[in-house]
Amino acid sequence: MIAIDLATTAVRDANRQLQSAADGRFEMLNPRGAHALACGLSAPLDVHVAGHVGYYCGGMNQHAAISVAGNAGVGVGENMMSGRLHVRGDASQSAGATGHGGLLVIDGNASARCGIAMKGIDIVVGGSVGHNSAFMAQAGHLVVCGDAEDGLGDSIYEAVIFVAGAVGALGADCVEKEMTADHLARLTELLAAAGLGQDPARFRRYGSARQLYNFKVDNLSAY
Amino acid sequence: MCGIVGLFLKNEALRTRLGSLFAPMLVEMSGRGPDSAGFAVFREDAGGRAKASVFDPDGAMDWPALIADLRTAIDGAADFQHLATHTLIEAACAPAELRQALDRLAPALRIMSTGGSLEIYKEIGAPADVVDRFAVAQMAGSHMIGHTRMATESAVTTEGAHPFNTGEDLCLVHNGSLSNHHALRRRLERDGGITFQTENDSEVAAGYFAHHLAAGATLGEALEAGLSDLDGFYTFAVGTRDGFAVLRDPIACKPAVLAECDDWVAMASEFRALANLPGVDNARVWEPKPGVVYHWTQA
Repeated sequence: MIAIDLATTAVRDANRQLQSAADGRFEMLNPRGAHALACGLSAPLDVHVAGHVGYYCGGMNQHAAISVAGNAGVGVGENMMSGRLHVRGDASQSAGATGHGGLLVIDGNASARCGIAMKGIDIVVGGSVGHNSAFMAQAGHLVVCGDAEDGLGDSIYEAVIFVAGAVGALGADCVEKEMTADHLARLTELLAAAGLGQDPARFRRYGSARQLYNFKVDNLSAY
Repeated sequence: MCGIVGLFLKNEALRTRLGSLFAPMLVEMSGRGPDSAGFAVFREDAGGRAKASVFDPDGAMDWPALIADLRTAIDGAADFQHLATHTLIEAACAPAELRQALDRLAPALRIMSTGGSLEIYKEIGAPADVVDRFAVAQMAGSHMIGHTRMATESAVTTEGAHPFNTGEDLCLVHNGSLSNHHALRRRLERDGGITFQTENDSEVAAGYFAHHLAAGATLGEALEAGLSDLDGFYTFAVGTRDGFAVLRDPIACKPAVLAECDDWVAMASEFRALANLPGVDNARVWEPKPGVVYHWTQA
């Protein structure tokens, strides 16, 4: 384990050290809410951040496994491509925004707009999510073990949402859908991967009703 | 952008350290608001005397003469002391009487605050410089709120910096922008008798809450009413003589983090402003929900 003490190392230098490593285990000490920690990693590193982090932690991650022993600020795991990011506490708004791949696990709650514009990432939230989560979500899975506030899945494309608890008003064109055997199997895999001992039978599935403009073949004539 | 911070001490033993705990919080938010900074401190009561924190934009005030006139006007004791660009006036009368007297005797003065314990100080410049000029680290008291400003809706001036005070011992800092502040301002001026010193949208919010509190609402009720009447983006931190409150707009456009332990409650736009508070590692740290009023009062 290689320790990087952020009390004495600038964020840019710390990130440069991680970005230039091919492998290895790292511990980032004294994060104190700093922004943009462990961003842009592209190798299968194992990075542990020992405390609360600021905005955009683990953004653009490829292949690395990052864990945060605390809360994360806005945009944790934004535009993740692959790898794993595990937040032990809560996450602020726009967690996993625009993520293309990989697994984002949040043990606590995530605030508004979790998974906004997600493009293939899998997000598993142990607690609840705030309003407008999975807004315009295009691909991937959002699993919520608690509740989801109003506007869930507004203008959603092909992403799949599973929620165990109560759901506020669904967003435009988002509807509850049948939980097929395939969906249940995928949900079971995701819960296992996240290490959350939740019963998949508690969950309901939500997705696109495909009634908005983009889904109407007649509108092709506009082009 | 703008940054806001607040620190409310629950443990009285920490009161002598209020300023030294608060100053680094405000400076940490410099990146969110580099053009001006300000803070409100609730100190020990001035023995029943009223306090006014004032700013002389012309720098031409004859202070001894003003204080002599003030003593005559209120028929009681009055004193003053300078603190950087501001002057603190204490007088043996009610805060409202002090404000009226100052308005009449020195209309050019900007009254930043009036109350029994509240003092507001604010200036243009880098937050670290403002904190040094006003010797924040030496200040004692029960709670403080502060603001680092990146101006968007009105000019970068001393008066346009936060916090704003339009009611006794009430102050507010705001991160965001209100879209209906012109209409609200006209309504408050016409129906509420509230006067405003700047074109700033945040001052309108302070006036709005002051109006509701003056009409008998509790701080919680006033903030709840704001959820329906204030249109726009906001995270507010509000200080009263014995209370502290935080409110975010229902869409949660602007960030906020709260932390609480046995000794204190703190809020900031970002966690990094709280990261050096004593005991923060074991504090409960959470993001306040949108459209929910959080408030604390002294036990």
